[in-house]
Amino acid sequence: MVIYILCFALLLVGIYGILTKRDLIKIILSLGIMGYAVNLMFILFAYKRGAGYAILVKDKAVTAMVDPLPQALILTSIVIELGITAMLVALAIRLFEKYKTFDITKIRRLSG
Amino acid sequence: MILPFLIIIPLLAAFLITLISGGRDSWAIVFSILAVISLLALSVFSFLSTGSQTFIYEMSGWKIPLTICLVQDALSTFMLVIVNLIALTSLMFSVSYIRQYSAPWKYYALFMLLVAGMNGVIATGDIFNLFVFMEIALFSAYALVAFGGKAEEYEASFKYAVMGSVSSTLILLGIGILYSATSTLTMAKIAEILPTLDVKLTYWVGAIFLAGFGLKAAIIPFHAWLPDAHSSAPAPISAMLSGVFIKSLGVYVLIRLFFNVFGGVAVFNEVFLVIGAISMIIGVFLALGQWDIKRLLAYHSISQIGYIIIGIGLATNLGILGGVFHLFNHAIFKALLFYNAGVLEMTTGTRDLRQMGGLAKKLPTTSFTSMIASLSIAGLPPFNGFFSKLIIFIAAIQAGRPVYAFLAGLGSLLTLASFMKMQRYAFYGKENKDADKTLAKVSTAMKWAMISLAVLCLLTSLMVIPGIRELTLDPVVAVIMNKTGYIAEVLGR
Repeated sequence: MVIYILCFALLLVGIYGILTKRDLIKIILSLGIMGYAVNLMFILFAYKRGAGYAILVKDKAVTAMVDPLPQALILTSIVIELGITAMLVALAIRLFEKYKTFDITKIRRLSG
Repeated sequence: MILPFLIIIPLLAAFLITLISGGRDSWAIVFSILAVISLLALSVFSFLSTGSQTFIYEMSGWKIPLTICLVQDALSTFMLVIVNLIALTSLMFSVSYIRQYSAPWKYYALFMLLVAGMNGVIATGDIFNLFVFMEIALFSAYALVAFGGKAEEYEASFKYAVMGSVSSTLILLGIGILYSATSTLTMAKIAEILPTLDVKLTYWVGAIFLAGFGLKAAIIPFHAWLPDAHSSAPAPISAMLSGVFIKSLGVYVLIRLFFNVFGGVAVFNEVFLVIGAISMIIGVFLALGQWDIKRLLAYHSISQIGYIIIGIGLATNLGILGGVFHLFNHAIFKALLFYNAGVLEMTTGTRDLRQMGGLAKKLPTTSFTSMIASLSIAGLPPFNGFFSKLIIFIAAIQAGRPVYAFLAGLGSLLTLASFMKMQRYAFYGKENKDADKTLAKVSTAMKWAMISLAVLCLLTSLMVIPGIRELTLDPVVAVIMNKTGYIAEVLGR
C-alpha cells in the first residue's frame, strides 16, 4: 500500500511543478515526472510478489508470472512521452528565439 | 471490413506525402485530396449500410478479449461522416490558403495524420488503442497550431501541448486503474465486468476521465487552451479543431465511455448538465467582449459544446437526439464560420473586427455564407441550428428541468447578439479605406468549400423530418441509450 501512496505522491509532485513553476524547461520536466509516476503505477499494478518473468522457455517450470501486458503498454506510453517531450522542447527553443526568455510570466501576448 | 481502411488510408497518405512528394506540393495535394475523398465516400457508405447493426473487426485474427477490435455501429459511423466531411472541405479551403506559409507539403502530411488519429479514436473499441490514436491526433494538432511560425502561435501551441499532455496523463492513469480492476482493455468487456465491482471505482475513474476528456472537449473549467489554440492555428485547421477535433476526442469519447461503458450513471449526467450550462453561458459572455474574430468564434465553440453536453446530460431520448444533432450541425456551421474568418484575415490582413467594415460588396460569397452560418449558430429558422436547439429546449422542458431550457434560450439570444456584432463590423457599416489595397483573391476552391457548407446548413435541417430522422439520427440515439446493447453486440451475445 505504501508503495502506491509514494507513487501517487510522485504524480502530485509533477502536478505541483506544472502548476507553480515559471520556467518552461521546469514545466517540461514536471510533465516528465508526472508521466513516470503513471508508468510506475502501471508496473505496480502488474507486479506480483515472488512471481517470475512472463516468458515461457523449455525446461522452465510454469509458476506465477507478473502480468506482461502493462509492460507492453508502458513501452508504447514511453515512446509517446518521448515524442511529446521532444515537441515541447522544440517549441520552448522557438519560444526562446522569439521572446528571449523562458519565463512564462513574460510570454503572454495572448490574453482575454 | 470498411473500418480498417478509414485508418489505413490517411496514415498511408501521410507517409506517402513525406516519402514521395519531398518538397513538391502538387503531389501532396493530389494524395491528400484523393485520400480524403475516398474516406468520405467510405464513411458515408458505411453509415448508410450500417443502420442499427453493429459490425466488429478483430485485428490480426485474434479473438476479442485478446485483440484490438474496431467497432462499426451507428454512433461511430455517424462521427466518421462528420470528421471526413469537414476534412474534405477543409482541404479544399487549404489548397490556396496554405500557400502563404513555407513548406505546405508538411502541412498536408500533418493534416492526414490528424484525420487518421481522429478516425482511429472513433473506430476503435479498445481503450488503450483509443489513447494511442488520441495522441497521434494531438501531436499533429500541436504541430499544426504552431504551423504559422509566429510568436503567438508557438505560445498557444506550448500552452495547448502542456495542458493536453497533463490531461492525457490523467487519462492514462484512468486506463491503468480500469485495467487493474477488470484485467481487460476491450471497452465492451470492461462494461460487462464493471457492474459486478464496487460502484466507487466507476465514480473515481469517471471523475478522472471527465477531467481528461473534458479538457479535450474544452468544457469550462477545462477550456483555457481553446481560444488561444483555435485562434492561432491556420483557418482550415481552426475549422478542423473547432468543428470536429473537440467533438471526436472530447464529446464522442465522453458519450462512448459514460453511456456505453459506464452505463449512464445518474451522478455524471447531473455533472454534465451543470458543466454544460456553465460552459454555455460563460462561453457566450466571454465571446461577447471579443474583437478578434477568430477568438470570438473560438469562445462560441465552448458555448455550443455546452449545448451538446446539456442535451447528452438530459439522458432522455429527445435530449440525446438534440445533442447528437447539434453536434453535427455545429461541425458544419462552425467550420464555415472559420473559413469566413480565414478569408477575412487573408484579404484584410487583420483579425480585428474594428479594422474591417463594408466588406459585403467586395466579398459577396463570404458575406452571404457567413450570414447563413451566423443565423444557423444563433438558432434562427429554417437553418439547422434552430432545430437542434429547439429539440434540446423541448427535451429540457419534458425532462422537468425548465432552468436549463431557460438558460439555453438565453444563450441563444446572446449568441445572436454577438454574431450581429460580427456581421455589422465586418461586412456592413462604414468602409475602412486603409484595408483597400491589400485585398487578396479568393480562389474558386475556397468559394466552393464555403458554398457547399452553406448549402448543408439548410439541407441538414431536413434531418428532423421523421422519415429521414429514422434513417440517420435515430439509430445513433438507440446506440447511446441502449445500456446493454453495446456489450451484447460487441461480445457477440
